[in-house]
Amino acid sequence: MSEKFFSKKNMAIFKTPLVDNNPITFQVLGICSALAVTVQMRTALVMSLAVMAVVSLSNVSISMLRKMIPSKIRIIVELTVIATLVILVDQILKAFLFDISKQLSVFVGLIITNCIIMGRAEAFALQNKPWPSFLDGLGNGLGYGWILMTIAFFRELLGSGTFFGFQVIPDSLYAMGYENMGLMVLAPGAFILLGLLVWVQRTITKTVSE
Amino acid sequence: MLEHYLSLFVKAVFVENILLAFFLGMCSFLAVSKKVETAIGLGLAVTFVMTITTPVNWAINTYLLKDGALSWIWSGFANVDLSFLEFITFIASIAAMVQLVEMVIDRFSPKLYAALGIFLPLIAVNCAILGASLFMVERDYTLGESIVFGFGSGTGWFLAIVAMASIRTKIRYSNVPNGLKGLGITMLITGLMSMAFMLFSGIQL
Repeated sequence: MSEKFFSKKNMAIFKTPLVDNNPITFQVLGICSALAVTVQMRTALVMSLAVMAVVSLSNVSISMLRKMIPSKIRIIVELTVIATLVILVDQILKAFLFDISKQLSVFVGLIITNCIIMGRAEAFALQNKPWPSFLDGLGNGLGYGWILMTIAFFRELLGSGTFFGFQVIPDSLYAMGYENMGLMVLAPGAFILLGLLVWVQRTITKTVSE
Repeated sequence: MLEHYLSLFVKAVFVENILLAFFLGMCSFLAVSKKVETAIGLGLAVTFVMTITTPVNWAINTYLLKDGALSWIWSGFANVDLSFLEFITFIASIAAMVQLVEMVIDRFSPKLYAALGIFLPLIAVNCAILGASLFMVERDYTLGESIVFGFGSGTGWFLAIVAMASIRTKIRYSNVPNGLKGLGITMLITGLMSMAFMLFSGIQL
């Protein structure tokens, strides 16, 4: 290998998906699952870790196979690799974190159709070596994860007054008449929060979309 | 019996709309909701494929994958549980069905193919379709129920994307703040739509 593992170029591959080219807020991928699991921070954390594992490992495997995959059937090959990894993750969750795996229900399986994973495999792993592909996958997984955690933080705090399941809003505040926002626990809260988050981020980075 | 199916259908379309309550199929929803015509095309294709794949996956699950499902072949298989293969078989059967549907439409109705053609490959990775199959397994639907549920979820998705496309056409000339253009405003509108759909939640048939 002529290049160092942590060369500037490789670090850039890792860093851009975190903010500048975030998979959710800029590439608009993988929103499906992002909103469904963010009622609680615990489920959001597990989901982020699961997606991070699948996207980086699938990038590595597809990058290693990239010279062998015939381009006509590449989609089905990618789907098979991803589905296999998702089955592994699902079995691990069922074995060690059964409660959370029950709460996530169908959304673990839906990682297969998460567009981030297919998108990274198509756009990056098919043209690049395994190590940069791994970094790209990890970066995108983290970029996905922090958006998920931010949304989950607000939804849990405003919706149930808790942080990772611990009550943070003091009882005295409830006694004064404060109430949890029921809307945040429901679907519309997730949509609106993501919309506002995108607004804040794009105002800071001054991005204007067509 | 009919009332049961009707209530399941209404529930799948309005109360538990697969897009607005379960967030499934967001990617294509956001990408293809700029024009009403294309939204109708994709919506129809999704409804069509979902109505077919949900019962097909039901059959696969009931006769091949479920715990003890293989006992119809040989009684020695009664203890075999292949349900961990659910994801990979479902996605493969969806991809295969999409391919099949594409070929059939191409052969028998070139007009419909011209309208739906470009959307069909996209559908294989639409999470709403896989989601419908996974919900079908989780909720233990029967064959009849899974057909109704597949069709209902598809219709609900169709309704949501066509409504969204109409709204987006309307707001094209509105003065949206710069940072909110594109994804931001679309998410906020989806939030409002989802809130409106929540009003159906009291309906019982």
